[in-house]
Amino acid sequence: MTARRAAAALACSIALATAARAADPGPTLKRIADSATISLGHRESSIPFSYYDDRQQVVGYSHEIMLAAVEAVRKELGLPRLQVKLTPVTSQNRIPLVQNGTVDLECGSTTNNLERQQQVAFSTTLFVVSTRLLTRKDSGIRDFPDLAGKNVVTTAGTTSERLLRRMNDDRKMGMNVISARDHGEAFLTLQSGRAVAFMMDDALLAGELAKARRRDDWHIVGTPQSREAYGCMMRKGDAAFKEVVDDAIARLMTTGEAEKLYRKWFLSPIPPKGLTLGLPLGDEMRALYASPNDRALQ
Amino acid sequence: MGAGWRWEVFLERTPFGEGTYLGWFVSGLGVTLALSIAAWTIALALGTALGVLRTVPSRAARAVGAAYVDVFRNVPLLVQLFIWYFVVPEVVPPALGAWLKGLHPATLMFVSSAACLGTFTAARICEQVRAGIEALGRGQRAAALALGLTLPQAYRHVLLPMAFRIIVPPLTSEMVNLVKNSAVASTVGLLELAAMARQLVDFTALPYESFVAVTLAYVAVNLLVIAAMRVVEARARVPGFIGGGR
Repeated sequence: MTARRAAAALACSIALATAARAADPGPTLKRIADSATISLGHRESSIPFSYYDDRQQVVGYSHEIMLAAVEAVRKELGLPRLQVKLTPVTSQNRIPLVQNGTVDLECGSTTNNLERQQQVAFSTTLFVVSTRLLTRKDSGIRDFPDLAGKNVVTTAGTTSERLLRRMNDDRKMGMNVISARDHGEAFLTLQSGRAVAFMMDDALLAGELAKARRRDDWHIVGTPQSREAYGCMMRKGDAAFKEVVDDAIARLMTTGEAEKLYRKWFLSPIPPKGLTLGLPLGDEMRALYASPNDRALQ
Repeated sequence: MGAGWRWEVFLERTPFGEGTYLGWFVSGLGVTLALSIAAWTIALALGTALGVLRTVPSRAARAVGAAYVDVFRNVPLLVQLFIWYFVVPEVVPPALGAWLKGLHPATLMFVSSAACLGTFTAARICEQVRAGIEALGRGQRAAALALGLTLPQAYRHVLLPMAFRIIVPPLTSEMVNLVKNSAVASTVGLLELAAMARQLVDFTALPYESFVAVTLAYVAVNLLVIAAMRVVEARARVPGFIGGGR
């Protein structure tokens, strides 16, 4: 191969990798009005927030809230019909997909924190979680210090991954941190004995438990390492779109609709197995429903 | 467009005090290279043995080779990797399974991925070797046997040395494909180059810089592979036999 051909090959690969950068979408609402289409990002295994049920339909607490926001957008724009395009996203690709315009709105289990606010905008908070551990009851793991020298799994691209790796570094715990692609795969890693514990948001851990073969073998333990607020993600700097979404979510909360959704997804049988998560409505969620806000908790 | 680039991010420290983002990139490249070399070693050894099996007189041996190729070439690579990583440790004898799962997680990911890529590529190399041997014509084999060589000696001294010279170009393609296929290892969590690209995006929030760097690294590795194999091809060429008449 000559040097010139090598140079041409390099140039082509740069062009390939940068093609996406050219797209610079205008204000979101205008684009939605022009195309009568809205692109939504959803998760595949964030139970009970956004996931596939047994018929491969996207369902969940966050998903229903997202659909309510879509309806508000449709009314705002006065469109007779608004076509919805669903795109599955992962913890690792959700932020780039929102930034590059593939997805207009993502409601799943995304934590609103100050670091991410540099990159994207967050709606009114949907839910508040704490990060904890899921482990087998006979594993002997009671809290985070028990994990020293053990294999621990979490999901790549999550706040838990960072907390766990930082803890490992700060306290020299010698944990082997496994970063799985999604929550389902992380739980599979835990169930097959490759890791002794799975660190994640408590509500998601309860969600994974809902598909465990023997639910009574497992429990959620450990001092919460963080409190986090979930929000819907949108592109930064589009106040008009954010206002429509924020108002729609706040309206669900103040009218009591959100509490009904809470009871449906956290206190009643849910797909795929018809199990009940049984997470009672806490003071924190009551306070949120009483006065909706979009504050990050960290 | 160029105004927004922030290449200096690679010199910044990661949040975990283990070095710079460049260090992550280099370690991902190292894992990709180690994985490719390990898998290629398995693939070449196993593929050659299977290729020979497919050309020996024994009908049973030929059937074994053909069955291997049918299975490993017709199942998606991703599915094969999940079988190696998630299923194999569950179905082997419990003691071996427990030992595998007790390994450092990254070691188990590496071993499963190398086994997967090696056995998958072996099926393809098997077909190349078979084609190389069949391209030689029956005369070579008959002449070798007539000279008093045993069948293994005929393969060792006559058939394989000639066949390998013929198949250097397709083997180069297989090697390049192997390097690219090694990216599937990221799906079981091995932090090779493709996984590192995603992790870099995740932590630096600079998708373009991260993916451009990783794209260039793959292209550079494969251009090196191609250049090295050109040298091998030129050195091993038998004048007047395969495209060496110049």
